[in-house]
Amino acid sequence: MSCVFAGSFFNFVLAKTIIKDYSVSEAVIEIKNLNKHFKDIKAVNDLSFNVYKGDVFGFLGPNGAGKSTTIRMLLTLISPDSGSIKIFGKDLVKHRLEILRNTGAIIEKPDFYGYLTAYKNLEILGSISGHEIPKNRIMEVLELVGLEKRFKSKVKTFSHGMKQRLGLAQSLLHNPELIILDEPTTGLDPQGMKEIRDLILMLSKEQHKTILLSSHLLNEVEITANRMIIINKGNAKVEGDVRELLFAGKLNVKVDVGNPEDLNRIVTESRWGSFLDSKSNSTFIFNLETKEIPELNRFMVSNNIEVLSIVPTRSLEEYFLSITEKGA
Amino acid sequence: MFTLIRIELFKIFSKWRTYIGFIAIAALIPLIEIAMLIQKERTFDWITRSMGQSFIFVGNFLNTYFVSYLIINSIALHIPFLITLVAGDLLAGEATAGTYRMLLTRPVSRFKVVTSKFAAGLIYANMLVFWLALISMGLGYILFGTGELIVSKSAQIIIFERTDVIWRFVLAYGYAALCMCVVTSVAFFFSSLVENAIGPIITTMAIIIVFLIISAIDIDFFQKLKPFLFTSYMLNWQSFFDSPVDIDSIIKAVLVLAGHIAVLYTATLLIFKRKDILT
Repeated sequence: MSCVFAGSFFNFVLAKTIIKDYSVSEAVIEIKNLNKHFKDIKAVNDLSFNVYKGDVFGFLGPNGAGKSTTIRMLLTLISPDSGSIKIFGKDLVKHRLEILRNTGAIIEKPDFYGYLTAYKNLEILGSISGHEIPKNRIMEVLELVGLEKRFKSKVKTFSHGMKQRLGLAQSLLHNPELIILDEPTTGLDPQGMKEIRDLILMLSKEQHKTILLSSHLLNEVEITANRMIIINKGNAKVEGDVRELLFAGKLNVKVDVGNPEDLNRIVTESRWGSFLDSKSNSTFIFNLETKEIPELNRFMVSNNIEVLSIVPTRSLEEYFLSITEKGA
Repeated sequence: MFTLIRIELFKIFSKWRTYIGFIAIAALIPLIEIAMLIQKERTFDWITRSMGQSFIFVGNFLNTYFVSYLIINSIALHIPFLITLVAGDLLAGEATAGTYRMLLTRPVSRFKVVTSKFAAGLIYANMLVFWLALISMGLGYILFGTGELIVSKSAQIIIFERTDVIWRFVLAYGYAALCMCVVTSVAFFFSSLVENAIGPIITTMAIIIVFLIISAIDIDFFQKLKPFLFTSYMLNWQSFFDSPVDIDSIIKAVLVLAGHIAVLYTATLLIFKRKDILT
């Protein structure tokens, strides 16, 4: 008898491993009452949030929500109208150079000097990173993103996905403490996306980097982030622990079994019958709280039900849409 | 700052468009000088056509000095167009390519970014003038040798001994380089305003053409404007071939041109420091 926990529930387990007490954590990014407008458009409206040391912080919002504007303000490409930004506990305006020395970033699509090679681009960016970047470090990051064989190629010959990888390489070049990634997997194939996600998790878990991850791929945030904020129209809609936000309240739990008649019989005779939402063929959908999922599993296994899979179907996408539609 | 200037020069000289100016000069000047050499007698007759009746010329007047003087006189007003190709691209090129985002998220102040780009632009402009001098005088020396320089001004003919010529050319080319620095500053200023390099290149060329036309038209209103137009001073290098040299007017012209550079650079810096990078 087997039991497969897939999709979001796997993420729940993953997220659980990096839960910590934020009351004692050190805030790496502190944004308070940030505002920015362009002509009549309010791009960021009184936005406040914190990113803590070691976080993989998901930064979510629909197109035009103000994510890129916020990221550009964090990197001093845009000046805020009002509000404050502290990074590493220091005021961004007063300590800009010091902060940028310890920050790596990809902002939207990574653009490079197309007429130069990948290596030369990194060498130039490394030489103004405020650190001594040895030549082997350049090759090291190129290897990390799988571009080591193309280091002599001019960037204008690169595909979008390759530029994206090179963007990631330049953000890691000077080994920064804080990494800001705006849509880092855009243009990558599924294998490339997985590699980048794995890289983000490795940077967080093994190198203890703090990562701000903006993405339109909700699943990406769900897999990689431990905390997140959803913004819409420049405003914070919800902020907190991914696990708590996703798994708070009832979930639709899809259960696939090998002997559905047996399950149907024992469920209707037990208290689980009141949680059953629908059923079709071998699939049963229960309306449960997260903590009830293991109990249901134990119940089924002890009654000789062949459990093929248990999938909590509440996704970040569903959650995201409910939040942003409410705010729209 | 030195690293940034080195990087900017590397970027400039990695682009094909940078070499257009050098190639144009390297192609045009030999063409002119070889044509002069082939038609040596006719060229000399043409040079002395207004004086042949009154003077007997003895010596090598068709020499490298004279040829270089003619060339700088002919193309001094056209070199700026070559310079705008690079200077107009210095800031706007980064915006077009989207590389501002990479560059300005490094721990480098915007002051240093602007200043290093400006310095690289000035170095390029000076190199182009130096290249002009080198090709013009170097090839002229090989083809024609040296001799006295004969200069025909509106009311006089001046003949400079060969020992009295070199310093005049050095200062004339230096002055021409200053003029090209002003052109660089104009293109650089426009380059900070837009996000496409074509705009500053065309605008700077248009400004030079319009200013030259205004400077050339003999109308009172335009004459009042002339002292404020940098193009009015672009031919003042000829003053180094006066006898005596009018130092006061040259100093005044140098100050006006240097003032243009200072104002345009400061304006560019102020604009760029406040600029939101949205590309």
